[in-house]
Amino acid sequence: MLASINRRGFMRVSFAAAGGLFVSLYLDPRAASTAQAQEGGQPPEKVYPPDAFVNIRPDGKIVIQVNRLEFGQGVQTALPMLLADELDADWSNVIAELAPAADVYKDPLFGIQMVGGSGSVAHSYQQYRELGAKMRAMLVAAAAERWNTTPDQCRTEASVVHGPGGRSATYAELASEAARKSVPVKVVLKSPAELRLVGKKVKRLDSHPKCDGSLKFGLDLDLPGIKVAVVAHPPVFGARVKSIVDDEARRVEGVRDVFEIQLAKGTGVAVVADKFWPAKQARSRLKIEWDLAGVEAADSAELWTRYKQLAGTPGKVAVSNGDPKALDQVAASNRIVAEYEFPFLAHSPMEPLNTTVRFDGDRAEVWAGSQFQTGDQMAVAEVLGLKPAQVTFHTEMAGGGFGRRATADSHVQREAATIAKRLRGTPVKLVWTREDDVQGGYYRPMHFHRVEVGIGADGFPTAWRQVIVGQSITADTPFEAFVVKNGVDSTATEGAADTHYNIPNLHVSAHHPKVNVPVLWWRSVGHTHTAFVMETLIDELATRAKIDPFAYRRKLLKPEAKKLLSTLDLLEKTTAGWRNSLPQGHAFGMSCHESFDTGVACAVDVSIENKRPRIHRATLAVDCGLAVNPLSIESQFQAGVSFGLTQLMAKGAITLKNGRVEQRNFDGYVPPYIVDAPIAVDVHIVPSTQPPTGCGEPPVPVISPAVVNALSKLTGKRYRSLPLVSI
Amino acid sequence: MATYELNVNGKRREVTTDPSTPLLWVLREDLKMTGTKFGCGISACGACTVHVGGIATRSCVVPISHVGDRQIVTIEGIGQDDVGRVVQASWVDTDVVQCGYCQSGQIMAAVALLKHTPKPSDQDIDESMGGNICRCATYPRIREAIKNAAAQLGKGGA
Amino acid sequence: MPGSRAGVLVIAVAVFGVSAAAGTKIFGPQRTTTAQGLAAWEQIYSVLTHPRCINCHTATNYPQQGDDRHRHVANVVRGPGGKGVPGLNCASCHQETNADSTGVPGGHAWHLAPLSMKWQDTNDQPLSSAAVCRALTNSAKNNGLNGPGILKHHEEEPLVKWAWDPGQRPDGTMRTPPPLTHEQFVAATRRWVAARMPCPSGK
Repeated sequence: MLASINRRGFMRVSFAAAGGLFVSLYLDPRAASTAQAQEGGQPPEKVYPPDAFVNIRPDGKIVIQVNRLEFGQGVQTALPMLLADELDADWSNVIAELAPAADVYKDPLFGIQMVGGSGSVAHSYQQYRELGAKMRAMLVAAAAERWNTTPDQCRTEASVVHGPGGRSATYAELASEAARKSVPVKVVLKSPAELRLVGKKVKRLDSHPKCDGSLKFGLDLDLPGIKVAVVAHPPVFGARVKSIVDDEARRVEGVRDVFEIQLAKGTGVAVVADKFWPAKQARSRLKIEWDLAGVEAADSAELWTRYKQLAGTPGKVAVSNGDPKALDQVAASNRIVAEYEFPFLAHSPMEPLNTTVRFDGDRAEVWAGSQFQTGDQMAVAEVLGLKPAQVTFHTEMAGGGFGRRATADSHVQREAATIAKRLRGTPVKLVWTREDDVQGGYYRPMHFHRVEVGIGADGFPTAWRQVIVGQSITADTPFEAFVVKNGVDSTATEGAADTHYNIPNLHVSAHHPKVNVPVLWWRSVGHTHTAFVMETLIDELATRAKIDPFAYRRKLLKPEAKKLLSTLDLLEKTTAGWRNSLPQGHAFGMSCHESFDTGVACAVDVSIENKRPRIHRATLAVDCGLAVNPLSIESQFQAGVSFGLTQLMAKGAITLKNGRVEQRNFDGYVPPYIVDAPIAVDVHIVPSTQPPTGCGEPPVPVISPAVVNALSKLTGKRYRSLPLVSI
Repeated sequence: MATYELNVNGKRREVTTDPSTPLLWVLREDLKMTGTKFGCGISACGACTVHVGGIATRSCVVPISHVGDRQIVTIEGIGQDDVGRVVQASWVDTDVVQCGYCQSGQIMAAVALLKHTPKPSDQDIDESMGGNICRCATYPRIREAIKNAAAQLGKGGA
Repeated sequence: MPGSRAGVLVIAVAVFGVSAAAGTKIFGPQRTTTAQGLAAWEQIYSVLTHPRCINCHTATNYPQQGDDRHRHVANVVRGPGGKGVPGLNCASCHQETNADSTGVPGGHAWHLAPLSMKWQDTNDQPLSSAAVCRALTNSAKNNGLNGPGILKHHEEEPLVKWAWDPGQRPDGTMRTPPPLTHEQFVAATRRWVAARMPCPSGK
């Protein structure tokens, strides 16, 4: 594969040089994708050709391909920083582009092109640094050859190679010569002291176009002749169309077609129109009779009853340490029995889900803000009867996602492809309205936890039995084989079964009932509920033992939980100025939790205003290894905790009644507004030279337990059912 | 179908469309000005905020037939305004955006706030920005950027 | 006792009403009794406390929406003049007329009634008939309106009249109008004013 890509890279350079217009060290990624597929789709190799990632243009601009979706997390800035630092590129001339679907852009660890598990920087850290270093070595080699010297006589700075005798050449000048150099297999990376960008507060590359309206998200795509499609989805998941009366819908001016389509589950009715508004108007005029026979009508109230019963019986074992009977020997007065409820949650990214597909018979083109580009590409190919290589898949900037754009069944892309198949040659943009999104499933699953804790004379736990009930996110997906062990989906038990607290006689088990509601990972996945359970209970235990919450946690944490211990120390220090001098009616609450290898400790100052929690301040301590871009990490944590407060909103739940979702839009499912977020969030990063770890998801789990721990101090109540309908 | 003469960012624009069409979709699809965003369609999130006759307006619920000859200013045109330019610059300097999808609406609301309230308190910010959803929840930096812009405007930065 | 004192007041008002009504003809030839006036008031009260009216006569810093009178979405606040705040005005969504294609109601100068005209308590519960009546007849609270002024307000004010033409909801169904027709409401107001605007006793 590498050979073929290099060959194509050469061809491109030669051609361009011959034309005298454009000299680049670049491989068209679309050609890479095609090339590879034509050669039988070999497994990805661990050597990455720099020319698939970097294009040094004659004008000195350095265009870097980002192998991830950018949807707010800042990877479009962070990965180019890593590469540009090693390359010694002039940062003011770096342009980042989102790479299309291609094997070369797959996650080096996961083997699919994706964003997930907070792994974008963690997994591509080494990859992007090496790419930059290799590119730099090739440029230096070219310069050395030009000047008849050796590479060690050259140094680089700001896109210029400097050689002996004051000679210098810009990267742009050297690009075509460098392209002829072989890609070094091994390179030496900079020492921490040599890094110029990494570790510095670097502003995002995409701010300007996001502040003047010029940046095009997937939904903003415009193509000649483009049509807009909306779909009437079944009112109960998996139901099928029995009959359609569409005369009124077809009479709406601008409507082109109305037809039934197969969905990932059940069927729906697609409306295709010249523009969005007529499509939506027409959809509301459809009269559809649905066949609900044989489709389970899930009902939240019934599910709670069922889940609660299940939680009273042992599940499949996630962890079993010590004596399973130890708990039964603890006197009832020294036991806490706690039952927790967590509802379905919609991700509801601000940019409604959408995908554009044009099917040309033997080729197709797709534009989507996707967290799973290669998977979605394959799905579109399958629907259209093509090979993945015949499907060019453009990664569009996405307006948020939080896991919602990472579906194993690629249901949105399949829907779009199914519609486009019928309108051959016409680009069709499928738009999910907010109602489609809120009612469309793929939620964070409902969970019920039953925890029994035995407490010793010193106030610390002596036994812990926890039963977790909730749908498996990965069941019946290709991920199941990797994630489900002994019948336990680790995305439901993570954060509990692998707790960093040293709890003797720890027994965690899980039930994964099958329910007719599609479920999905929601930013920080299992930690959304396990951290809440752990951190509210630990706080309750500390309060009961009359031990300082920092001291209690520190004593209970395993010595090897170094990241959590370091964040607790930092948090204690950074909150010293305010946590013991709060105004009347305010309370301090805290939590700590490690997820995606990042330790986070969180403290909040909370009062009750208008019957809701008012968070005056949040202080966070973070250990995420090397902080590649501290500015963007601070931003992720400031905003990520506010995102996490979705769980506490009075209307922060998706509920079902008789199979139908009861919320429709942001009036019924209400995410946090500015008044719900902390007024100020200060973020403190533990200095570290360890490899970088995740920053997208770890902010989310800590905030809700910290806030309710504070509320408990104000009201004396314990909060175990989310959302927080009342205080 | 009806034809409307609109005043958008100081330019006269003519569109022929169904009178029921919300201003949002006229901007996005007829005038190809996609900086104004579709978030909810029920005026609950503010992603579609533009200024109509000087008032921050949720364009997703205002049918084109209701617009009349009032001046429309969108995110594409707000930089021509002194306050708008400072707010946009403050947003960039404060590194506010994440996914960025809601920020057109946030900026348009913030400009409306600062035009009437040059030195907004936290409560002013809560109230004026209170109806704009940022799902990334960049709220702490939105607050900071508004205060930075206010300070800049106070120094005569416009 | 409070009850008997209120009773005396009602009688006093009634006597005053009779003597005053004798000298005027603007309320028609028929003299309206206090009992008739109170009955008319209860009809008026049924309209004032209907969601189409009371949703914008809150005691809080926010309006309400819908027949269930829930708090207005998107954290809409009253603002200094009852028209919201810059960035989030009533007019940010509510135009001069109803927008049926999007389900947003509209009328000229859409705004919240002033707090002096609150017809609810701070827990969003409607005030009693007596309390609403007292507020409505207190010229210090009602923008200086006398009987004819209130009648004219009920008869002609665009936002009052809007209640009988409230337009479509976002789902295309029609909003519920108040329990009386506008004509009945105006007629009831006329009878009540003719009876010198008697208010029920009690809190």
